[in-house]
Formats: sequence, structure tokens, C-alpha cells
Amino acid sequence: MSDPILSAEDVHVEFEARRGGGRARAVDGVNLDIAPGEIVALVGESGCGKTTLARTLLGLERPTSGRVLHRGTPLAYTSKALKRFRRDVQLVLQDPSGSLNPRHTVYDAVAEGLRIHGDVPNERERVADALSRAGLRPPERLFLRFPHELSGGQRQRVVIAGALVLEPNVIVADEPVASLDASVRGEILALLLRLRDELGLAALVVTHDLGLAWNIADRVAVMYLGRIVETGPVEKILTAPEHPYTQALLSVLPDAPGSPVVLQGEPPDPTRIPSGCRFHLRCPVLASGAAATAGVDGACRGEDPGVLAGGTAVQAACHYARAVSSSTGQAAAARP
Amino acid sequence: MSLLEVDDLTVTYRTGGGDVPAVRGVSFALEAGQKLGLAGESGCGKSTMALALLRLLPKTARLTGEIRFDGEDILTMSWGRLRAVRWAGASIVFQGAMHSLNAVQRIGAQIAEPIRLHSKATEAEIRRKTGELLEHVGLPARRADAYPHELSGGQRQRVMIAMALACDPKLIVADEPTTALDVMIQAQILTLIESLVAEQDISLLMISHDLSVLADTCDRLAVMYAGRIVEEGPAAAVFGAARHPYGQALAAAFPRIGDPASRRRPQGLAGDPPDPAELPTGCAFHPRCPARLDHCDRVDPALWPTADDDRRAACVHVLPDEGLSLLTKEPA
Ligand SMILES: Nc1ncnc2c1ncn2[C@@H]1O[C@H](COP(=O)(O)OP(=O)(O)O)[C@@H](O)[C@H]1O
Ligand SMILES: Nc1ncnc2c1ncn2[C@@H]1O[C@H](COP(=O)(O)OP(=O)(O)O)[C@@H](O)[C@H]1O
Ligand SMILES: [Mg+2]
Ligand SMILES: [Mg+2]
Repeated sequence: MSDPILSAEDVHVEFEARRGGGRARAVDGVNLDIAPGEIVALVGESGCGKTTLARTLLGLERPTSGRVLHRGTPLAYTSKALKRFRRDVQLVLQDPSGSLNPRHTVYDAVAEGLRIHGDVPNERERVADALSRAGLRPPERLFLRFPHELSGGQRQRVVIAGALVLEPNVIVADEPVASLDASVRGEILALLLRLRDELGLAALVVTHDLGLAWNIADRVAVMYLGRIVETGPVEKILTAPEHPYTQALLSVLPDAPGSPVVLQGEPPDPTRIPSGCRFHLRCPVLASGAAATAGVDGACRGEDPGVLAGGTAVQAACHYARAVSSSTGQAAAARP
Repeated sequence: MSLLEVDDLTVTYRTGGGDVPAVRGVSFALEAGQKLGLAGESGCGKSTMALALLRLLPKTARLTGEIRFDGEDILTMSWGRLRAVRWAGASIVFQGAMHSLNAVQRIGAQIAEPIRLHSKATEAEIRRKTGELLEHVGLPARRADAYPHELSGGQRQRVMIAMALACDPKLIVADEPTTALDVMIQAQILTLIESLVAEQDISLLMISHDLSVLADTCDRLAVMYAGRIVEEGPAAAVFGAARHPYGQALAAAFPRIGDPASRRRPQGLAGDPPDPAELPTGCAFHPRCPARLDHCDRVDPALWPTADDDRRAACVHVLPDEGLSLLTKEPA
């Protein structure tokens, strides 16, 4: 792949646990690269660390260890450097009604980013341009509207226009369509695809919805308890996943073939990450005895399968997948 | 006789800003043991419908039409009888379990209350039944002592289901029972609901904005738009090959993973669902309809049998030719 615009390099983010008792390892070793014009979907159950990783990639959260690289250069956490960084890497928030000030017009909402950066020349033109790129045409007609005068889909487009006005090369969108109706969702996703095609805009899209990844992403990273446990091109990972967690997530989708593998219990707790493979207590492959048959059950319980590398290769952090693929001589499941 | 029959139901909210026609003439029947899914986007009237079934609407709502449960007319029945029907006949599971549970009462007491009111069981029997119900929904009986805030979202939804089952109802109405729950927890709750209704031969009216979930869980599907059912039929047929352009658009908005047709091709509909206080003329869907004909802003088709058996759609495209020509004739 071409040189990434944005990378995470062995990023760890820890928090003091909210309810006392130790530290939460919200992100627990992640490598991730986003190339120019690439759409990467970050998927996983709630609490697995998606938002924390996204915020860290935006410079909003500072890694406890590891680093974030912007075009190969480590992020400097000074306000001046961060300001420059955010011209290139923009955040699109989840809930458009929460992220738009109800007393600001559409024009002001979009111009805000320019003003923060002191970029006043051609303001009107640039605001109009951003709105029409976000599919709000003719833009002038919307300038003086307030958020409550817009539909949900239009509000989300205004939020996207606010990110586009600085002409970034990457956007990070945290659940960009979760609060929208199904029919409107497709329009917004189509917009993200068009922005990529027309402007070469790269995107990290955080979502719990695998269908969304199928709809727009080139690559997918599946996160579990602070780590990316499987990654690769969407076509491969969503149709022939090797990690039992990815397999389970796909199996419970309403129109998935075969019977659902419903993992029991609540999503696990990042203050108490199991040793060995972090998924082993819920792993259906270990529970069924298949891991023992393959001779890896000891490793599942006792050895961390390690942190996956960045890049675009197909990888799964799973002892069983590695054993099976090396014994059948297939392309290595776990090597970059 | 069907277990539940709804006939030309309308619900209009009176508000300071005028009347809001939230449900505009809905008819359907639910047979004993059947699972019906009611789909549609937010604001189309699903919850209003659910609340109307058990007369749980606020006083500002005006109802017309008929609702018969097990042969009895819900809209005219006495309050005493209605209370009995609400527990032992048909019970309802709401979306936000946190708001529907009493925050300061232990969950065991909340489950026990309807049993105490609607049976002659002794306290010991009630305690035993409460424990059984909890275990039935996958919670240990000792959790009866917990308060709602001590439980996770999925566990609270299980408690809601236990309460709904407390008096052995014939029908469960579940309004968005898994919305806002995580995928795995959603799968746990859906599996639970499916096994309970199968085991006890309960009828299910499940309401959701997620057509794919309903298609997977239910026997039949009804799709609502702007206060009407616009399409109805066997679940797989409606989800797989809807007849109404809105049903088609809604189904296409749920991509099937692995299907090349939806890869890098998100499907959506321009525009938004209409505000019920300002409905378009003619067919309420016509401003967004990709298959709109010239006269769709004037004709408002009723739910009509399609060429196949057992399916109905409210669209000029499914009317037989002679019906269409009648409707489209210019007024003299
Ligand atoms: N500011 C914070 N303080 C303490 N814990 C946090 C904070 N932010 C997130 N967490 C915890 O980190 C974990 C990951 O959270 P998050 O990144 O929001 O996950 P996701 O977006 O996948 O739902 C959760 O257990 C969450 O409770
Ligand atoms: N108590 C109420 N007063 C006035 N309007 C209401 C009330 N409850 C719901 N509505 C309106 O009725 C319509 C249908 O709402 P609802 O039944 O909640 O839809 P759904 O459950 O499909 O999202 C919406 O336009 C909503 O704003
Ligand atoms: Mg999040
Ligand atoms: Mg509702």
C-alpha cells in the first residue's frame, strides 16, 4: 500500500477504572494504518475500545504508550501542532443533533472550523463548497437555517460539511449513521463513498454494524477487548473469517447462513483482561474441543497470540486459525 | 376467529399545534401462535399502534376503529376487564427497560406483583414462580433481590420479559425489544424470545425499525409508512421481494453480507418520512417514490391483494389494470 496518512503504532490507552478497582486497558496494543483514499471500518461490541482508539488517532486522547503517526511523523501534542494536524484529519461525530449548536445557523456551523483556524478569506465560497460537496444543494438556500429546521439526514450532512470545509485528507467518523433511519443511512454512506472517489478522502469509520462495513469499507479491523483480533480486506474477512470472534459476530446477523453462535454473558471488562488469548473464556472453538484436537488449547489458555501488525495483510490473532492454516498449507493466517 | 383483529384503526393525537394523525386506518389479524413483525421508520406510528392495542395511549389520543382480542372488544371493555387482559391476555415489552422498571423496587417484587393481583397463589407459590420466571429468562433466581440499576441493559430486558410472562399471556407485544442493545446481547434476547414463544405457543407482535431482524424472527411482516400498513405478507417474501416501492427501499437498506449487489453500493431513499401533521396528498410515499406515476399525488391506494396469494400492498403498481385505469381516469 502507499505510505499511510495515519497510523497507530503499538498504541495503548489506559484509564483509571470508573468504578474503582484497577486500570482499564481500553486500547491494549493496536497497530493500524490508513492509506490515502482508503476506507477502513473498525468494528466490535460496545466497550471494546473503538471510540478510544478513534479519539487517540485524532490526537484527542494521548496514548499511555505507543504512538500515532501522521504521514510518517509522530504526533506532537502541542496545541499548535495539533491544530495543524486537525486540518488534515477531521472528526465526524455520531449524533448530529448533539454536535450542532441549536442556536447556530448552518452557515455558522460549517464556518466554525475555518474561523478556529483563522482562515477568513473566501469564507462564504468555502462554506458553500463544503455544503454542496456534502450533497446539500443549492447551499445558499441552507445558509440561514437552524438545525431544528433540517431533517436528520440533512443535519448529518451539515456535520460532514463542517469536517470537509478544511479540506482534510482523512476523516474519522464514529458511528456516523447510528442515529439515522435505515432509508436515510444509505444516502449518507453513499456520500462517504463519493467523497472518497471524488476527493480521494480516506476514512476510518467506527461502527458496530458489519453490514455498513460491507456497504462501504475496503478493509475491516475487528476489535475485541482493546485489540484488533482480525483484519484484512472486507471481502475476505466478512465472507471467510478465521477468528472465532469474527465468525460469531457474523453468525448472529439476521440473515447469516447456518445457526447463530450466540456468545453468552456480557461483553468483557477491560479492567480484567483474561490471560492467554483474551477471547478464550468465550471462545466456541476452545469450548467445542476443536482447539484441543488441533493441540493448541494450552496456548489458548496460556499464551497471548500477540499484537497484529499494521498494513493491509489478512491476519487473525488466533492460535487455532494459525494451526489450521499452517497444517493445510494455506496462506498463513497470521503473518503479515 | 383470529386471536387479535384490528379493523380500520385510527389514532389521532390532539396537540396545541393541531391534530397529529399517527395511525391512519390500519387493519390486520394475528392468529394464535403466529409471529407478526411490524416494521417501519421512526415516527411511522408503530408504538402508537402497540399502545392502542392495550389502550395505553395518553388522554390526548383519539381512537376510532375496532380492536378485538380473543373475541372481546378492547375499545369498549370495562377498566377492570382491561386490567386482566393486560396481564393475562396480552402483555407488552417496551424498548427502554430502564424506564419501564421501577428504580426503587427489587426486581423480584416487580415480577411478583402481577401474579399476586391476578391469581390466588400463596406468597410461597408466588416466590417460587418468580424464581422460575427469572431462571426461564436466563437469570439466576437469586437475582430477584437486585435493583434495576444493578443489572446490565440485556439483563433488564430479560426482567421485562419475565414480567411479561408472569401471568401466562396468549400474546406478547414487544416494542423494539432489542434496540440499543449490543449485537451479541440482541442475539441473546432474540433467541430467548423465540424459544419462549415457541415453547409456550404464545403469539408475538414484534415491532422494530430493523426489517432484517423481524424477517428472521417472524412468520409474517407488515411494513408501515406514515401511519398505514403499506405492505403485508409472509416474512421471507416481503423482505426478499417486496412489492411496495417503500418496502423494497427499506429491505435494500439492510445489506446482505456476501451479496455482490450491495458491495460498495449502499442503498437509500432521498428525503425523509413525512411529518404526520403535514402529509402529502395522494399516496403519502409519492414524494420519495422511485416508481412514482403521474397520478400518485392524487390517488391513495388501499392495501390491495397482490397477484400472489397471501400478500397485500398499497401501491398503484399492484392494482389490476382495470382498477388502475379506473383510478387514473381524469375527473370529468
Ligand atoms: N474517559 C474514560 N475513563 C474511564 N474509562 C473509560 C473512559 N473512556 C472509555 N472508558 C472505558 O474504556 C472502554 C472502551 O470504551 P470505548 O472506547 O468507548 O468503547 P467502544 O467505543 O468500543 O464502545 C470501556 O470499558 C469504557 O468504559
Ligand atoms: N403523545 C403524543 N402527542 C403527540 N404526537 C405524538 C405523541 N406520541 C407520538 N406522537 C407522534 O405520532 C407519530 C407516531 O409516533 P410513534 O407511534 O411513536 O412512532 P414510531 O414508534 O413508529 O417511531 C410521530 O409523528 C410522533 O411524533
Ligand atoms: Mg463508541
Ligand atoms: Mg416507537
